[in-house]
Amino acid sequence: MDLLNALVTFANFVFVPAVAYGSQLALGALGVTLIYGILRFSNFAHGETMSFGTAITIMATWGLQAAGVTAGPLPTALIALPIGIGATILLVLGTDRAVYRFYRDRKAAPVILVIVSMGVMFIMSAIVRFLVGVEDIQFADGERMLVSARDFKTWTGLEEGLAIRTTQVITVVVAAVAVALLFWFLNRTRTGKSMRAFSDNEDLALLSGINPDRVVAVTWILVAALATTAGVLYGLDKSFKAFTYFQLLLPIFASAVVGGLGNPLGAIAGGFVIAFSEVMVTYAWKQVVAYASFGAWAPDGLLQLMSTEYKFAVSFAILIIVLLFKPTGLFKGQSV
Amino acid sequence: MTTLPNTTLAAPRRAAPNLRPFLLYLAMAALMVGTGFVMGWNYALTVMNMGLISAIMALGVNLQWGFAGLFNVGIMGFVALGGLAAVLVSMPPVGEAWAAGGARTLAGLVLGVLTVVALVVVRRRLGTGRGKVIAMIAVGVVGFIVTRMVMDPGTTAVEAISPSSTGYLGGLGLPILLAWPAGGLLAAGAAWIIGKTALGLRSDYLAIATLGIAEIILAILKNEDWLARGVKNVVGIPSPVPRAIDLQNDPSFVARAADLGLSPVDASTLWVKILYMALFAVVLLALLWLAQMALRSPWGRMMRAIRDNEVAAEAMGKNVTARHLQIFILGSAICGIAGAMMVTLDSQLTPGSYQPLRYTFLIWVMVIVGGSGNNWGAVLGGFLIWWLWVIVEPVGNALFGALNSVLPPDSLIASHLQDASAHMRLLTMGVILLLVLRFSPRGLIPEK
Repeated sequence: MDLLNALVTFANFVFVPAVAYGSQLALGALGVTLIYGILRFSNFAHGETMSFGTAITIMATWGLQAAGVTAGPLPTALIALPIGIGATILLVLGTDRAVYRFYRDRKAAPVILVIVSMGVMFIMSAIVRFLVGVEDIQFADGERMLVSARDFKTWTGLEEGLAIRTTQVITVVVAAVAVALLFWFLNRTRTGKSMRAFSDNEDLALLSGINPDRVVAVTWILVAALATTAGVLYGLDKSFKAFTYFQLLLPIFASAVVGGLGNPLGAIAGGFVIAFSEVMVTYAWKQVVAYASFGAWAPDGLLQLMSTEYKFAVSFAILIIVLLFKPTGLFKGQSV
Repeated sequence: MTTLPNTTLAAPRRAAPNLRPFLLYLAMAALMVGTGFVMGWNYALTVMNMGLISAIMALGVNLQWGFAGLFNVGIMGFVALGGLAAVLVSMPPVGEAWAAGGARTLAGLVLGVLTVVALVVVRRRLGTGRGKVIAMIAVGVVGFIVTRMVMDPGTTAVEAISPSSTGYLGGLGLPILLAWPAGGLLAAGAAWIIGKTALGLRSDYLAIATLGIAEIILAILKNEDWLARGVKNVVGIPSPVPRAIDLQNDPSFVARAADLGLSPVDASTLWVKILYMALFAVVLLALLWLAQMALRSPWGRMMRAIRDNEVAAEAMGKNVTARHLQIFILGSAICGIAGAMMVTLDSQLTPGSYQPLRYTFLIWVMVIVGGSGNNWGAVLGGFLIWWLWVIVEPVGNALFGALNSVLPPDSLIASHLQDASAHMRLLTMGVILLLVLRFSPRGLIPEK
């Protein structure tokens, strides 16, 4: 019984939140890694792209709610998501046409493109703030809990409850669908295969008649869809705040690098590695240990390795460790 | 970026001096004076003082990017460390806190350092394989637990000493001017640690590593209350110049102010700001002189040679990684000095106010717009971009205000625009950065 309680506590406070967070990071890291693989630079504007997509989705959600359209038990934002994705696609394609293409044609050094993406980041963050301001926005509606802690306790008779929020389930399901679609696209379709060819060897791909403009455009469309989905899921799970999305850049980069830049499978693994380490290092293990030791050892302290404010330090530490020992990431990534 | 600087070919100095930098600086001075006439001298001096500090930060980043091509996006962290130095050097020590938990806290810090040293020793000395990894994990875990066990009671005791006013160990109680070089040293130390790990890896890894370290430094400043009170802020940091309130109580100063036709309050605030301006200008000129000397020296030529072609420089026997580490430390130290000066000017350390857009990416805009690789350019960029950053908001307000007077007062758009003017600066900076990168990538005063 105590062991079950320990497991349930662990699931409630560590496993479920980390799986949801990991899915969000994985989607974000997939966007970063795709841009790195095809366009060959680290996109500093990625956090702001996520934030823009989420802002549009929030506005569409408000519009739908005002019109009386809801998704029943599911959040209205899911209906609004395609609108957000569409707007983000337009934005990134426009940005590519107006900004990035110039440097791509001149074969500018990757670091120049990174600096350019800093400028794009400034402009995008201004647009987001114009649109929805800097306040904290909660836009999740519908059924809040799929399994509430109290129901769980009465069903199972355990002392500890397991609460699963609707948004957490939605996050995992949507992320799984998005990843499945992405891999189907990359592995089975002609365009997807040409993208992988372009990423592996640009010259050879060009030689075999692949249209680079098309590859780049498709990449941006995929990135916009992934970024918006990641941003909306994160916002549904927690809340939307313009500045938080900028800060997500670090764990997302860490996920992409840990997995191996340019490797989509690695990005997903990296997302979960980072999410689980962040949650586990900042979780206070007191309760779990007390149950697992059958009450024999109730520790005085919280058994918390680090306070939650240091979660960035965790992703960073993992990043450094991986870079020192396996510079191309856990899965083999590219190195330029 | 791969243009060969012709100065390395020891070309004879051009006889006719280039007028462009001079004219640009003249225009910048005119902008500052104009601000004084339109917005008031007090305001203009405030802008000028922060402009001087921004110019120093830009100088530091230019050293790293312009001389060596190192991509540092952790400027905010180094600036914040400089600010921490101002607190640690100049604030009076809190005796009670030291008695309560000072020894334990220090012992914990020493143990933490020893753990890191032990990790490095294990990594260097032991061979490869699984045993090494297990040994490293063991050392790390044991070191972490022992450090926390020693340190935690100490910090808790320190933070319990009148948390509303102190609750931290305090500083050394030394003159505040010593904090400026100390800020440089602190930032240099952090840069050494980062450089040792991240330099020599790929360039964008350095970017991500510096981005991370800046966030961590800020997290430490915000959460370690025993160090500098965290988000409760340290206020009342001593000032190197007389305080305005003392001047107002000084009869001779009041008399001189009256001679100039100024009220004591106006005169004292202006005078304090002018004194700060003089101090900052001395620091800026000294650093600028040093940077110019470095740029022209064989060392500077070597740096640019490395930047333009690492492989060739390595073939000539230059130790690229060591030189990169050197200049990374120097540039970060300059940012640290600027950070200490900024906290001195504000006379408070507010960790909550450090934001990467303002303290990292804005400095980058300064360097790029001013002219990377040219010290005069970076300094000009520092002044100009800071001036724009400050001035865009009131101008935006005025513009939107004019627009609002046309619109119906309670319309949704009107209230939206009111909030929106605050975000004009981000938009302006992004547009300027992109325009300069596209149409004048070498900046206002290009590298020779």
